[in-house]
Amino acid sequence: MTQIIVVTSGKGGVGKTTSSAAIATGLALKGHRTVVIDFDIGLRNLDLIMGCERRVVYDFVNVINGEANLNQALIKDKRCDKLYILPASQTRDKNALTQEGVGKVLSLLAEQFEYIICDSPAGIENGAMMALYYADLAIVTTNPEVSSVRDSDRIVGMLQSKSRRAEQGLEPVKELLLLTRYAPERVSSGEMLSVVDVEEILAIPLLGVIPESQSVLKASNSGVPVILDQESDAGIAYSDSVARLLGEELPFRFITEEKKGFLKRIFGN
Amino acid sequence: MGSPEFNVYRRKVDHFVKSKLGMYTPSLELKGASFTLSVLHIKHQDMERLTAELDNKLAIAPQFFIGAPLVINIELIKDPLFDLATLKTLLTSRQLVIVGITEAIPELMLQAKLLGLAVIKSGKQSQHHPQLPKTTKIIQQTIRSGQQIYAKGGDLIIIGAVGNGAEVIADGSIHVYGTLRGKAMAGAAGDKHAVIIAKKVEAELVSIAGQYWLTENLQQNGTTQGACIRLDGHILTADNLSL
Ligand SMILES: Nc1ncnc2c1ncn2[C@@H]1O[C@H](COP(=O)(O)OP(=O)(O)OP(=O)(O)O)[C@@H](O)[C@H]1O
Ligand SMILES: [Mg+2]
Repeated sequence: MTQIIVVTSGKGGVGKTTSSAAIATGLALKGHRTVVIDFDIGLRNLDLIMGCERRVVYDFVNVINGEANLNQALIKDKRCDKLYILPASQTRDKNALTQEGVGKVLSLLAEQFEYIICDSPAGIENGAMMALYYADLAIVTTNPEVSSVRDSDRIVGMLQSKSRRAEQGLEPVKELLLLTRYAPERVSSGEMLSVVDVEEILAIPLLGVIPESQSVLKASNSGVPVILDQESDAGIAYSDSVARLLGEELPFRFITEEKKGFLKRIFGN
Repeated sequence: MGSPEFNVYRRKVDHFVKSKLGMYTPSLELKGASFTLSVLHIKHQDMERLTAELDNKLAIAPQFFIGAPLVINIELIKDPLFDLATLKTLLTSRQLVIVGITEAIPELMLQAKLLGLAVIKSGKQSQHHPQLPKTTKIIQQTIRSGQQIYAKGGDLIIIGAVGNGAEVIADGSIHVYGTLRGKAMAGAAGDKHAVIIAKKVEAELVSIAGQYWLTENLQQNGTTQGACIRLDGHILTADNLSL
Protein backbone atom coordinates (compact mmCIF):
# COMPACT_ATOMS: atom_id res chain seq x y z
CA MET A 1 0.00 0.00 0.00
CA THR A 2 1.35 3.37 -1.02
CA GLN A 3 1.26 6.11 1.59
CA ILE A 4 0.78 9.70 0.43
CA ILE A 5 2.41 12.14 2.85
CA VAL A 6 1.98 15.91 2.63
CA VAL A 7 4.53 18.20 4.26
CA THR A 8 2.50 21.30 5.02
CA SER A 9 2.46 24.36 7.28
CA GLY A 10 0.31 27.27 6.19
CA LYS A 11 3.09 29.70 7.00
CA GLY A 12 5.97 30.17 4.57
CA GLY A 13 9.65 29.57 5.16
CA VAL A 14 9.25 27.23 8.13
CA GLY A 15 11.23 24.36 6.60
CA LYS A 16 8.76 22.33 4.49
CA THR A 17 11.09 21.85 1.54
CA THR A 18 14.06 21.11 3.79
CA SER A 19 11.95 18.53 5.63
CA SER A 20 10.46 17.01 2.46
CA ALA A 21 13.93 16.47 1.03
CA ALA A 22 15.28 15.04 4.29
CA ILE A 23 12.37 12.73 4.99
CA ALA A 24 12.14 11.45 1.41
CA THR A 25 15.86 10.72 1.44
CA GLY A 26 15.60 9.08 4.85
CA LEU A 27 12.79 6.76 3.73
CA ALA A 28 14.74 5.79 0.60
CA LEU A 29 17.86 5.13 2.67
CA LYS A 30 15.78 2.71 4.74
CA GLY A 31 15.05 0.84 1.51
CA HIS A 32 11.63 2.20 0.59
CA ARG A 33 10.90 3.29 -2.97
CA THR A 34 10.06 6.96 -2.51
CA VAL A 35 9.17 9.90 -4.73
CA VAL A 36 9.11 13.51 -3.61
CA ILE A 37 6.91 15.97 -5.53
CA ASP A 38 7.32 19.74 -5.60
CA PHE A 39 3.84 21.33 -5.44
CA ASP A 40 5.27 24.84 -5.27
CA ILE A 41 4.49 25.67 -8.89
CA GLY A 42 6.23 28.86 -9.99
CA LEU A 43 8.58 28.95 -6.99
CA ARG A 44 10.21 25.58 -7.28
CA ASN A 45 13.21 24.91 -5.09
CA LEU A 46 12.98 21.27 -4.08
CA ASP A 47 15.25 20.46 -7.05
CA LEU A 48 17.87 22.88 -5.70
CA ILE A 49 17.82 21.34 -2.24
CA MET A 50 17.99 17.86 -3.79
CA GLY A 51 20.84 19.03 -6.03
CA CYS A 52 19.18 18.02 -9.30
CA GLU A 53 18.22 21.41 -10.75
CA ARG A 54 20.38 20.89 -13.84
CA ARG A 55 18.62 17.67 -14.73
CA VAL A 56 15.06 19.07 -14.89
CA VAL A 57 13.64 18.59 -18.38
CA TYR A 58 9.95 17.94 -17.87
CA ASP A 59 7.92 18.73 -14.77
CA PHE A 60 4.76 17.87 -12.81
CA VAL A 61 2.55 20.23 -14.88
CA ASN A 62 3.83 18.73 -18.15
CA VAL A 63 2.73 15.32 -16.90
CA ILE A 64 -0.70 16.60 -15.80
CA ASN A 65 -1.19 18.22 -19.21
CA GLY A 66 -0.04 15.11 -21.07
CA GLU A 67 2.96 16.95 -22.56
CA ALA A 68 5.33 14.35 -21.14
CA ASN A 69 4.91 10.94 -19.60
CA LEU A 70 5.70 10.29 -15.98
CA ASN A 71 8.98 8.48 -16.57
CA GLN A 72 10.28 11.37 -18.68
CA ALA A 73 9.64 13.81 -15.82
CA LEU A 74 10.85 11.71 -12.86
CA ILE A 75 14.46 12.41 -11.90
CA LYS A 76 16.38 9.58 -10.29
CA ASP A 77 18.42 10.75 -7.30
CA LYS A 78 22.15 10.33 -7.88
CA ARG A 79 22.98 9.28 -4.31
CA CYS A 80 20.13 6.96 -3.51
CA ASP A 81 18.67 4.56 -6.06
CA LYS A 82 15.29 4.17 -4.34
CA LEU A 83 14.61 7.92 -4.53
CA TYR A 84 12.96 9.97 -7.31
CA ILE A 85 12.07 13.62 -7.64
CA LEU A 86 9.13 15.08 -9.57
CA PRO A 87 10.00 18.76 -9.98
CA ALA A 88 7.59 21.69 -10.20
CA SER A 89 7.18 23.93 -13.19
CA GLN A 90 8.82 27.29 -12.86
CA THR A 91 6.81 28.92 -15.63
CA ARG A 92 3.21 28.08 -14.74
CA ASP A 93 1.09 29.31 -11.87
CA LYS A 94 -0.54 27.30 -9.10
CA ASN A 95 -3.85 27.00 -10.95
CA ALA A 96 -2.15 24.60 -13.37
CA LEU A 97 -2.83 21.98 -10.70
CA THR A 98 -6.29 20.46 -10.96
CA GLN A 99 -7.77 17.93 -8.61
CA GLU A 100 -8.31 15.50 -11.45
CA GLY A 101 -4.82 15.99 -12.90
CA VAL A 102 -3.09 15.59 -9.53
CA GLY A 103 -5.18 12.52 -8.76
CA LYS A 104 -4.23 10.93 -12.05
CA VAL A 105 -0.47 11.47 -11.51
CA LEU A 106 -0.64 10.25 -7.90
CA SER A 107 -2.36 7.04 -8.90
CA LEU A 108 0.28 6.42 -11.57
CA LEU A 109 3.02 7.00 -8.98
CA ALA A 110 1.27 4.69 -6.52
CA GLU A 111 1.89 1.83 -8.95
CA GLN A 112 5.64 2.05 -8.42
CA PHE A 113 6.32 3.83 -5.11
CA GLU A 114 5.77 3.00 -1.43
CA TYR A 115 5.91 6.59 -0.26
CA ILE A 116 4.83 9.73 -2.10
CA ILE A 117 6.01 12.90 -0.34
CA CYS A 118 4.20 16.08 -1.36
CA ASP A 119 6.14 19.29 -0.63
CA SER A 120 3.36 21.85 -0.19
CA PRO A 121 3.67 25.53 -0.98
CA ALA A 122 2.85 28.02 1.80
CA GLY A 123 -0.62 29.49 2.22
CA ILE A 124 -4.06 27.98 1.89
CA GLU A 125 -4.58 28.62 -1.82
CA ASN A 126 -5.03 26.09 -4.60
CA GLY A 127 -1.43 24.78 -4.57
CA ALA A 128 -1.51 23.98 -0.86
CA MET A 129 -5.00 22.49 -1.13
CA MET A 130 -3.94 20.23 -4.02
CA ALA A 131 -0.88 19.09 -2.07
CA LEU A 132 -2.96 18.02 0.93
CA TYR A 133 -6.09 16.79 -0.87
CA TYR A 134 -5.03 13.18 -1.46
CA ALA A 135 -2.89 12.80 1.69
CA ASP A 136 -3.07 9.81 4.00
CA LEU A 137 -0.72 11.45 6.46
CA ALA A 138 0.26 15.06 7.06
CA ILE A 139 3.53 16.25 8.51
CA VAL A 140 2.56 19.61 9.97
CA THR A 141 5.77 21.60 9.92
CA THR A 142 5.81 24.31 12.56
CA ASN A 143 8.30 26.78 13.99
CA PRO A 144 8.05 27.45 17.74
CA GLU A 145 6.43 30.83 17.38
CA VAL A 146 2.86 32.06 17.68
CA SER A 147 2.08 32.89 14.04
CA SER A 148 3.44 29.60 12.73
CA VAL A 149 1.45 27.65 15.32
CA ARG A 150 -1.69 29.57 14.40
CA ASP A 151 -1.25 28.81 10.71
CA SER A 152 -0.58 25.14 11.44
CA ASP A 153 -3.81 25.02 13.43
CA ARG A 154 -5.58 26.43 10.39
CA ILE A 155 -4.03 23.77 8.16
CA VAL A 156 -5.09 21.00 10.53
CA GLY A 157 -8.61 22.38 10.24
CA MET A 158 -8.30 22.18 6.44
CA LEU A 159 -7.04 18.60 6.61
CA GLN A 160 -10.11 17.77 8.67
CA SER A 161 -12.56 19.42 6.29
CA LYS A 162 -11.08 19.85 2.82
CA SER A 163 -9.10 16.67 2.21
CA ARG A 164 -10.34 13.76 0.15
CA ARG A 165 -10.58 11.64 3.28
CA ALA A 166 -12.73 14.28 4.98
CA GLU A 167 -14.94 14.82 1.93
CA GLN A 168 -15.53 11.12 1.42
CA GLY A 169 -16.02 10.43 5.13
CA LEU A 170 -13.06 8.03 5.25
CA GLU A 171 -10.70 7.54 8.16
CA PRO A 172 -9.26 11.04 8.77
CA VAL A 173 -5.82 12.12 7.57
CA LYS A 174 -3.26 11.24 10.24
CA GLU A 175 -1.55 14.42 11.47
CA LEU A 176 1.93 14.54 12.95
CA LEU A 177 3.77 17.56 14.30
CA LEU A 178 7.29 18.32 13.12
CA LEU A 179 8.74 21.18 15.12
CA THR A 180 11.57 22.78 13.14
CA ARG A 181 14.18 25.47 13.79
CA TYR A 182 13.96 24.75 17.51
CA ALA A 183 16.41 26.69 19.66
CA PRO A 184 16.25 25.56 23.31
CA GLU A 185 18.16 28.59 24.59
CA ARG A 186 15.59 30.89 23.01
CA VAL A 187 12.84 28.87 24.65
CA SER A 188 14.51 29.30 28.05
CA SER A 189 14.73 33.05 27.48
CA GLY A 190 11.04 33.15 26.62
CA GLU A 191 11.50 34.24 22.99
CA MET A 192 10.11 31.00 21.61
CA LEU A 193 7.38 28.56 22.52
CA SER A 194 8.48 25.27 24.06
CA VAL A 195 7.79 21.80 22.63
CA VAL A 196 5.18 21.34 25.35
CA ASP A 197 3.45 24.65 24.50
CA VAL A 198 3.17 23.81 20.81
CA GLU A 199 2.02 20.25 21.46
CA GLU A 200 -0.61 21.55 23.85
CA ILE A 201 -1.98 24.09 21.38
CA LEU A 202 -1.99 21.89 18.28
CA ALA A 203 -2.98 18.70 20.09
CA ILE A 204 -1.47 16.33 17.52
CA PRO A 205 1.27 13.72 18.10
CA LEU A 206 4.89 14.82 17.86
CA LEU A 207 6.97 13.26 15.08
CA GLY A 208 10.18 15.13 15.69
CA VAL A 209 12.00 18.23 16.82
CA ILE A 210 14.62 19.59 14.41
CA PRO A 211 17.06 22.03 16.01
CA GLU A 212 17.98 25.36 14.44
CA SER A 213 21.26 24.52 12.78
CA GLN A 214 23.88 26.05 10.53
CA SER A 215 24.20 22.70 8.81
CA VAL A 216 20.80 23.16 7.12
CA LEU A 217 21.89 26.21 5.13
CA LYS A 218 25.19 24.57 4.29
CA ALA A 219 23.38 21.46 3.07
CA SER A 220 20.92 23.35 0.89
CA ASN A 221 23.64 25.49 -0.62
CA SER A 222 25.47 22.36 -1.69
CA GLY A 223 22.32 20.56 -2.83
CA VAL A 224 22.65 17.68 -0.37
CA PRO A 225 19.67 16.91 1.91
CA VAL A 226 20.76 17.61 5.48
CA ILE A 227 19.82 14.08 6.61
CA LEU A 228 22.93 12.86 4.75
CA ASP A 229 25.06 14.93 7.14
CA GLN A 230 25.08 12.59 10.12
CA GLU A 231 27.60 14.82 11.88
CA SER A 232 24.94 17.50 12.28
CA ASP A 233 22.28 17.71 14.95
CA ALA A 234 19.62 18.55 12.35
CA GLY A 235 20.62 15.53 10.24
CA ILE A 236 20.40 13.22 13.25
CA ALA A 237 17.05 14.70 14.29
CA TYR A 238 15.67 14.03 10.79
CA SER A 239 16.92 10.43 10.93
CA ASP A 240 15.14 9.97 14.25
CA SER A 241 11.96 11.42 12.75
CA VAL A 242 12.09 9.03 9.79
CA ALA A 243 12.58 6.11 12.17
CA ARG A 244 9.53 7.23 14.17
CA LEU A 245 7.54 7.53 10.95
CA LEU A 246 8.38 3.89 10.32
CA GLY A 247 7.11 2.94 13.77
CA GLU A 248 10.21 3.04 15.97
CA GLU A 249 9.97 4.62 19.39
CA LEU A 250 12.88 6.92 20.10
CA PRO A 251 13.50 9.56 22.75
CA PHE A 252 13.48 13.20 21.59
CA ARG A 253 16.89 14.83 21.36
CA PHE A 254 18.02 18.45 21.16
CA ILE A 255 15.06 19.77 23.10
CA THR A 256 16.94 21.01 26.14
CA GLU A 257 19.78 23.48 26.30
CA GLU A 258 23.11 21.83 25.68
CA LYS A 259 25.39 21.82 28.73
CA LYS A 260 29.06 21.88 27.84
CA GLY A 261 30.28 18.45 28.87
CA PHE A 262 33.51 17.59 30.65
CA LEU A 263 35.35 16.41 27.52
CA LYS A 264 34.14 19.35 25.47
CA ARG A 265 35.42 21.73 28.12
CA ILE A 266 38.85 20.12 27.92
CA PHE A 267 39.17 19.52 24.21
CA GLY A 268 36.90 22.24 22.86
CA ASN A 269 34.60 21.58 19.93
CA MET B 1 -55.82 34.99 81.35
CA GLY B 2 -52.66 36.53 80.13
CA SER B 3 -51.97 39.70 78.22
CA PRO B 4 -53.18 39.97 74.53
CA GLU B 5 -49.62 39.32 73.32
CA PHE B 6 -49.53 36.15 75.34
CA ASN B 7 -52.82 34.99 73.84
CA VAL B 8 -51.49 35.50 70.35
CA TYR B 9 -48.43 33.52 71.30
CA ARG B 10 -50.49 30.70 72.79
CA ARG B 11 -52.53 30.43 69.63
CA LYS B 12 -49.41 30.21 67.49
CA VAL B 13 -48.01 27.47 69.65
CA ASP B 14 -51.29 25.59 69.58
CA HIS B 15 -51.39 25.81 65.85
CA PHE B 16 -47.81 24.63 65.52
CA VAL B 17 -48.30 21.69 67.84
CA LYS B 18 -51.54 20.61 66.23
CA SER B 19 -50.15 20.79 62.74
CA LYS B 20 -47.10 18.81 63.80
CA LEU B 21 -49.25 16.17 65.39
CA GLY B 22 -51.35 15.90 62.28
CA MET B 23 -54.51 16.84 64.09
CA TYR B 24 -54.89 20.01 62.13
CA THR B 25 -56.76 20.08 58.82
CA PRO B 26 -56.13 23.30 56.91
CA SER B 27 -59.18 25.27 55.91
CA LEU B 28 -57.47 26.47 52.73
CA GLU B 29 -56.12 24.54 49.82
CA LEU B 30 -54.63 25.81 46.60
CA LYS B 31 -55.15 23.80 43.44
CA GLY B 32 -54.65 24.62 39.78
CA ALA B 33 -57.57 24.37 37.37
CA SER B 34 -58.39 25.91 34.04
CA PHE B 35 -61.60 27.57 32.95
CA THR B 36 -62.84 28.88 29.69
CA LEU B 37 -63.56 32.57 29.93
CA SER B 38 -64.99 34.95 27.38
CA VAL B 39 -62.65 37.67 26.30
CA LEU B 40 -63.94 41.11 25.42
CA HIS B 41 -61.60 42.87 23.02
CA ILE B 42 -61.52 46.65 23.39
CA LYS B 43 -60.56 48.11 20.05
CA HIS B 44 -61.24 51.75 20.60
CA GLN B 45 -60.63 54.32 23.27
CA ASP B 46 -63.74 56.42 22.84
CA MET B 47 -66.01 55.66 25.80
CA GLU B 48 -69.20 56.85 24.08
CA ARG B 49 -68.66 54.55 21.15
CA LEU B 50 -67.89 51.69 23.45
CA THR B 51 -71.02 52.32 25.50
CA ALA B 52 -73.23 52.41 22.40
CA GLU B 53 -71.79 49.21 20.92
CA LEU B 54 -71.96 47.39 24.21
CA ASP B 55 -75.60 48.29 24.72
CA ASN B 56 -76.33 47.05 21.19
CA LYS B 57 -74.71 43.68 21.89
CA LEU B 58 -76.50 43.33 25.22
CA ALA B 59 -79.82 44.01 23.55
CA ILE B 60 -79.25 41.20 21.05
CA ALA B 61 -77.98 38.49 23.41
CA PRO B 62 -78.15 39.49 27.05
CA GLN B 63 -77.88 35.89 28.28
CA PHE B 64 -74.40 35.71 26.84
CA PHE B 65 -73.08 38.46 28.99
CA ILE B 66 -74.96 39.11 32.14
CA GLY B 67 -73.24 37.65 35.17
CA ALA B 68 -70.65 35.91 33.00
CA PRO B 69 -67.01 36.29 34.02
CA LEU B 70 -65.17 38.34 31.42
CA VAL B 71 -61.56 39.08 30.68
CA ILE B 72 -60.83 42.33 28.90
CA ASN B 73 -58.23 42.27 26.18
CA ILE B 74 -56.76 45.75 25.68
CA GLU B 75 -53.99 44.76 23.30
CA LEU B 76 -54.92 47.57 20.90
CA ILE B 77 -54.98 50.31 23.50
CA LYS B 78 -51.51 51.82 23.48
CA ASP B 79 -52.37 55.04 25.32
CA PRO B 80 -50.99 54.89 28.86
CA LEU B 81 -53.56 57.54 29.89
CA PHE B 82 -56.55 55.37 28.90
CA ASP B 83 -58.92 55.37 31.85
CA LEU B 84 -59.48 51.78 32.91
CA ALA B 85 -61.57 52.88 35.90
CA THR B 86 -64.24 54.42 33.65
CA LEU B 87 -64.29 51.29 31.51
CA LYS B 88 -64.68 49.15 34.61
CA THR B 89 -67.55 51.31 35.86
CA LEU B 90 -69.27 51.08 32.48
CA LEU B 91 -69.02 47.28 32.39
CA THR B 92 -70.11 46.70 35.99
CA SER B 93 -73.04 49.05 35.50
CA ARG B 94 -74.21 46.62 32.79
CA GLN B 95 -73.90 43.67 35.25
CA LEU B 96 -70.82 42.25 33.62
CA VAL B 97 -68.31 40.55 35.97
CA ILE B 98 -64.77 41.62 35.17
CA VAL B 99 -62.20 39.07 36.25
CA GLY B 100 -59.12 40.79 34.91
CA ILE B 101 -57.33 42.24 31.94
CA THR B 102 -54.90 40.78 29.46
CA GLU B 103 -52.37 41.96 26.86
CA ALA B 104 -52.02 45.36 28.48
CA ILE B 105 -49.09 47.74 28.16
CA PRO B 106 -47.17 48.07 31.45
CA GLU B 107 -48.84 51.36 32.50
CA LEU B 108 -52.31 49.88 32.09
CA MET B 109 -51.28 46.74 33.96
CA LEU B 110 -50.42 48.95 36.89
CA GLN B 111 -53.80 50.74 36.66
CA ALA B 112 -55.53 47.37 36.63
CA LYS B 113 -53.71 46.23 39.76
CA LEU B 114 -54.70 49.43 41.55
CA LEU B 115 -58.32 48.78 40.56
CA GLY B 116 -58.12 45.28 42.02
CA LEU B 117 -58.28 43.57 38.63
CA ALA B 118 -56.14 40.55 37.91
CA VAL B 119 -53.54 40.79 35.16
CA ILE B 120 -53.89 37.58 33.18
CA LYS B 121 -51.30 36.19 30.80
CA SER B 122 -52.87 35.01 27.63
CA GLY B 123 -52.13 31.46 26.63
CA LYS B 124 -52.38 32.58 23.03
CA GLN B 125 -48.88 34.05 23.04
CA SER B 126 -47.19 30.67 23.21
CA GLN B 127 -49.33 29.44 20.34
CA HIS B 128 -48.01 32.29 18.24
CA HIS B 129 -44.37 31.44 18.86
CA PRO B 130 -44.20 27.70 19.43
CA GLN B 131 -41.10 27.01 21.49
CA LEU B 132 -38.80 24.75 19.50
CA PRO B 133 -37.42 21.91 21.56
CA LYS B 134 -33.95 22.83 22.79
CA THR B 135 -31.20 20.82 21.16
CA THR B 136 -27.59 20.37 22.19
CA LYS B 137 -24.72 20.22 19.74
CA ILE B 138 -21.76 18.11 20.85
CA ILE B 139 -18.45 18.33 19.00
CA GLN B 140 -15.80 15.82 19.95
CA GLN B 141 -12.77 17.52 18.48
CA THR B 142 -10.57 20.57 18.74
CA ILE B 143 -11.90 23.56 16.81
CA ARG B 144 -9.10 24.95 14.64
CA SER B 145 -8.23 28.46 13.53
CA GLY B 146 -10.62 29.57 10.79
CA GLN B 147 -13.38 27.14 11.78
CA GLN B 148 -16.77 28.32 12.97
CA ILE B 149 -19.34 26.27 14.86
CA TYR B 150 -22.90 27.47 15.55
CA ALA B 151 -25.41 25.69 17.76
CA LYS B 152 -28.76 27.12 16.75
CA GLY B 153 -31.46 27.10 19.39
CA GLY B 154 -29.44 25.31 22.04
CA ASP B 155 -26.23 24.61 23.87
CA LEU B 156 -22.84 23.84 22.40
CA ILE B 157 -20.49 21.36 24.03
CA ILE B 158 -16.94 21.09 22.74
CA ILE B 159 -14.93 18.12 23.93
CA GLY B 160 -11.58 19.56 22.90
CA ALA B 161 -10.01 22.99 22.66
CA VAL B 162 -11.02 26.07 20.68
CA GLY B 163 -7.97 27.46 18.88
CA ASN B 164 -7.00 31.07 18.33
CA GLY B 165 -8.87 32.33 15.30
CA ALA B 166 -11.72 29.82 15.76
CA GLU B 167 -15.27 30.84 16.68
CA VAL B 168 -17.90 28.97 18.66
CA ILE B 169 -21.41 30.40 18.83
CA ALA B 170 -24.58 29.15 20.52
CA ASP B 171 -28.07 30.46 21.15
CA GLY B 172 -27.75 28.71 24.50
CA SER B 173 -24.68 28.08 26.66
CA ILE B 174 -21.20 27.01 25.58
CA HIS B 175 -19.12 24.41 27.39
CA VAL B 176 -15.50 23.83 26.41
CA TYR B 177 -13.74 20.82 27.90
CA GLY B 178 -10.36 22.14 26.88
CA THR B 179 -8.71 25.53 26.51
CA LEU B 180 -10.82 28.31 25.02
CA ARG B 181 -8.37 30.41 22.98
CA GLY B 182 -10.62 31.73 20.22
CA LYS B 183 -13.95 33.54 20.38
CA ALA B 184 -17.03 32.23 22.21
CA MET B 185 -20.45 33.85 21.86
CA ALA B 186 -23.25 32.43 23.98
CA GLY B 187 -26.86 33.61 24.12
CA ALA B 188 -26.50 34.68 20.50
CA ALA B 189 -30.26 35.07 20.12
CA GLY B 190 -30.47 37.19 23.25
CA ASP B 191 -30.69 34.66 26.09
CA LYS B 192 -29.23 36.52 29.08
CA HIS B 193 -29.17 33.34 31.16
CA ALA B 194 -26.68 31.63 28.86
CA VAL B 195 -23.20 30.97 30.28
CA ILE B 196 -19.76 30.09 28.94
CA ILE B 197 -17.84 27.44 30.84
CA ALA B 198 -14.32 26.45 29.86
CA LYS B 199 -11.63 24.33 31.44
CA LYS B 200 -9.13 27.07 30.77
CA VAL B 201 -9.93 30.58 29.52
CA GLU B 202 -7.40 32.29 27.24
CA ALA B 203 -10.08 33.65 24.92
CA GLU B 204 -9.81 36.39 22.32
CA LEU B 205 -13.41 37.31 23.07
CA VAL B 206 -16.28 36.03 25.20
CA SER B 207 -19.79 37.38 24.86
CA ILE B 208 -23.19 36.67 26.33
CA ALA B 209 -26.30 38.16 24.74
CA GLY B 210 -24.15 40.80 23.09
CA GLN B 211 -22.18 41.89 26.16
CA TYR B 212 -18.55 41.10 25.52
CA TRP B 213 -15.09 40.96 27.04
CA LEU B 214 -11.78 40.91 25.20
CA THR B 215 -8.56 39.24 26.32
CA GLU B 216 -7.51 42.29 28.32
CA ASN B 217 -10.81 42.41 30.23
CA LEU B 218 -10.41 38.74 31.10
CA GLN B 219 -6.86 39.36 32.25
CA GLN B 220 -7.89 42.38 34.33
CA ASN B 221 -10.49 40.16 35.93
CA GLY B 222 -7.85 37.51 36.64
CA THR B 223 -9.67 34.93 34.52
CA THR B 224 -7.03 32.57 33.14
CA GLN B 225 -7.99 29.18 34.50
CA GLY B 226 -11.29 27.34 34.53
CA ALA B 227 -14.20 29.73 34.70
CA CYS B 228 -17.90 30.25 34.27
CA ILE B 229 -18.72 33.50 32.51
CA ARG B 230 -22.24 34.81 32.92
CA LEU B 231 -24.33 37.95 32.93
CA ASP B 232 -25.17 39.60 36.22
CA GLY B 233 -27.87 42.00 35.07
CA HIS B 234 -26.16 43.74 32.18
CA ILE B 235 -22.64 43.15 33.43
CA LEU B 236 -20.41 40.21 32.61
CA THR B 237 -18.84 38.37 35.49
CA ALA B 238 -16.53 35.39 35.66
CA ASP B 239 -16.41 32.91 38.49
CA ASN B 240 -13.30 30.80 38.72
CA LEU B 241 -13.96 27.10 38.64
CA SER B 242 -11.59 24.28 39.30
CA LEU B 243 -12.45 21.77 36.60
N1 LIG C 1 16.52 23.52 11.13
C1 LIG C 1 16.88 24.63 10.47
N2 LIG C 1 17.90 25.39 10.92
C2 LIG C 1 18.28 26.50 10.28
N3 LIG C 1 17.70 26.94 9.16
C3 LIG C 1 16.67 26.26 8.65
C4 LIG C 1 16.20 25.06 9.27
N4 LIG C 1 15.16 24.61 8.54
C5 LIG C 1 15.00 25.44 7.51
N5 LIG C 1 15.91 26.44 7.56
C6 LIG C 1 16.05 27.56 6.63
O1 LIG C 1 14.81 28.23 6.50
C7 LIG C 1 14.62 28.67 5.18
C8 LIG C 1 13.30 28.15 4.66
O2 LIG C 1 13.37 26.74 4.55
P1 LIG C 1 12.50 25.94 3.50
O3 LIG C 1 12.70 26.46 2.13
O4 LIG C 1 12.72 24.50 3.75
O5 LIG C 1 11.07 26.38 4.02
P2 LIG C 1 9.67 26.18 3.27
O6 LIG C 1 8.69 26.00 4.37
O7 LIG C 1 9.77 25.15 2.24
O8 LIG C 1 9.47 27.60 2.60
P3 LIG C 1 8.34 28.00 1.53
O9 LIG C 1 7.12 28.24 2.34
O10 LIG C 1 8.84 29.23 0.90
O11 LIG C 1 8.21 26.84 0.59
C9 LIG C 1 15.82 28.18 4.37
O12 LIG C 1 16.72 29.25 4.25
C10 LIG C 1 16.39 27.08 5.23
O13 LIG C 1 17.77 26.96 5.06
MG1 LIG D 1 9.22 25.21 0.15
